[in-house]
Amino acid sequence: MVDARVEEFRDQARRRLEGKLTEDQFKPLRLMNGLYLQLHAYMLRVAIPYGTLNAHQMEALADIAEKYDRGYGHFTTRQNIQYNWIKLEDAADILADLSKVEMHAIQTSGNCIRNISADHFAGAAADEVVDPRPYAELMRQWSSFHPEFTYLPRKFKIAVIGSETDRAAMRLHDIGIRIVKRDGEVGAQFFAGGGMGRTPMIAPMIRDFVPLDQLIIYAEACLRVYNRYGRRDNKYKARIKILVHELGAAEYTRQVEDEFAHMLSVGIEPPREELARIAAHFAPPAFVDGPKTLDRSDPDFALWVDRNTHRHQHDAYVSAVISLKPAGGIPGDATADQMRLMARLAKQYSFDELRVMHTQNVLLPHVRIADLHAVWSALDEAGLGSPNMDTIEDIIACPGLDYCSLANARSIPLAQRISERFAASGRTAELGELKLKISGCINACGHHHAGHIGILGVDKKGTENFQLSLGGSEAEDVSLAKITGPGFDEDGVVAAVEKVTDVYLGAREDGERFLDTYRRIGMEPFKEALYGR
Amino acid sequence: MADNLGTSPDEVQFRFRDDDPVDHGTVTVDSALEQTNANAVRIEPGDDARLLLPFLDRLALVEVNFPAFGDGRGYSAARILREAGYAGELRAVGDVLIDQLSHMRRCGFDSFAPDKRLDEDDAARAFATWENVYQRAADARVIIADKRHEA
Repeated sequence: MVDARVEEFRDQARRRLEGKLTEDQFKPLRLMNGLYLQLHAYMLRVAIPYGTLNAHQMEALADIAEKYDRGYGHFTTRQNIQYNWIKLEDAADILADLSKVEMHAIQTSGNCIRNISADHFAGAAADEVVDPRPYAELMRQWSSFHPEFTYLPRKFKIAVIGSETDRAAMRLHDIGIRIVKRDGEVGAQFFAGGGMGRTPMIAPMIRDFVPLDQLIIYAEACLRVYNRYGRRDNKYKARIKILVHELGAAEYTRQVEDEFAHMLSVGIEPPREELARIAAHFAPPAFVDGPKTLDRSDPDFALWVDRNTHRHQHDAYVSAVISLKPAGGIPGDATADQMRLMARLAKQYSFDELRVMHTQNVLLPHVRIADLHAVWSALDEAGLGSPNMDTIEDIIACPGLDYCSLANARSIPLAQRISERFAASGRTAELGELKLKISGCINACGHHHAGHIGILGVDKKGTENFQLSLGGSEAEDVSLAKITGPGFDEDGVVAAVEKVTDVYLGAREDGERFLDTYRRIGMEPFKEALYGR
Repeated sequence: MADNLGTSPDEVQFRFRDDDPVDHGTVTVDSALEQTNANAVRIEPGDDARLLLPFLDRLALVEVNFPAFGDGRGYSAARILREAGYAGELRAVGDVLIDQLSHMRRCGFDSFAPDKRLDEDDAARAFATWENVYQRAADARVIIADKRHEA
């Protein structure tokens, strides 16, 4: 199927070159194959469904980085990878190379249903109720080359989780799904109309429980109402969040329920056996018992374990986060050699599995506690051992003005300066969990609305200006950050971040995270420190 | 008819039906609701295809206009009509391009009258692009999941 798509793209490129397709006609076609035209070159975005990769695939990504790019790739907040220095004439060859390891760039762009994301700890986290991946995979199949929904009003993003804890920013998606259990029966809770961008919205719940054998029908009903009634007169008002907001959640829900009732009689759900087949594919690997404690005598190792590992369903295992956020580095970038090392560690220590996290890190989902020291040593040696998960150094940043044709400001250098500053001052550990997110324009690819501290780059009369916001969260306690006041220049915003962390350290009560303190004391003390009123 | 519009059979480039095409133009959805003898209707992107459902028996041709290829509302209109049992000709007209043909076919279109005539070879290739499909739609194709679980 993917091979057919590669050939279709070759054919489209040929027709473009022969002048049979105009650039306007070609653009949506190349976009649906993940090919963007950026500031300096084409950018290719490769789909990594629910972020899952095996070692062989990661090695192929490394090869592509070396052969067609400049020796590195960039992992994104959509659990994908992007290559920023691609030549148009290589694009079809790259797609062919990807298809050899069952990968592609299909529907990573365009006004269609994009790559489906899921909790990166799926199938591993101790707090999981139901593994969301089989449902994400079922939806991935359903949404691939969907004949009705390829020319939606705007792009469409779906996230699926399976626990109370939300590690996928589920309610900031066009559709968010939480797989739940009610009286022993598994079903799906649907949220619709969330999103970031220039008009951030938190998705309201539209259905508390959709039985599993109606999951696809319900999703199809949600999409059909959107395809028919989503706004097409203004690109900036075309996302489903605007439709849900303008209709009201109750009216949108009523229309979906009408469509759903009608569709139930048509019978479009795939057979139940298919879900069972998929679920078998995601069966837990053969875990073995082992030591549940470790030697903490090396303080660097102990710190990394405390920061970068996550409780696993099996008590002899943990999930280990590989930080792509070295102090002063580019968030989410990895070199070909680093990718190969991650692949090797996955093969050796994590049942041949890696996950791209929406925080732009990479996860080894199943590592034996007994193997942790070996894993850490290898990572540390390769510059991948930063103990900074969910700290102020674990910054999410969009590519910004260094690459992106939409950006107003550079986000990468700012991220580099902030992480460097806090690493050097040694305050990172003291600050604990503090999620800082930077976007280089109002499209919000860096999720600044959802940052405990958010930074938005804007263009102010030809110079870069940075707005600071506080109090956002993409987790189960979802909230949108509020702007502190007038913006800052680059030096100013770095100083401002330090000031707000000072306010927090001065005011926090026992066990409070930055976000908790902000929620308790409100914006005023922060404003006072920043603007001296 | 005052608002006789739409395409003539001569403008149809691809047709996957054996019956004779309607030999006259179409009327708007509004007109079709008033004229009890109208058998050919044209749907614009903003029209609600469901308004036609009570009259499907008397319709022999529905043409769905795509003024711009990026406006995908016509795909939903097509499926709604087919899901309701409409068996007459369903014609895609307007900015219909090669790369939309296979999806349109899946949504139930069985004739195509593009504004600009399409290259026959490119179109033939496009109609045959997808050997396998994932989702049930308005065509009778067996989806991948069903093939996997055939007894």
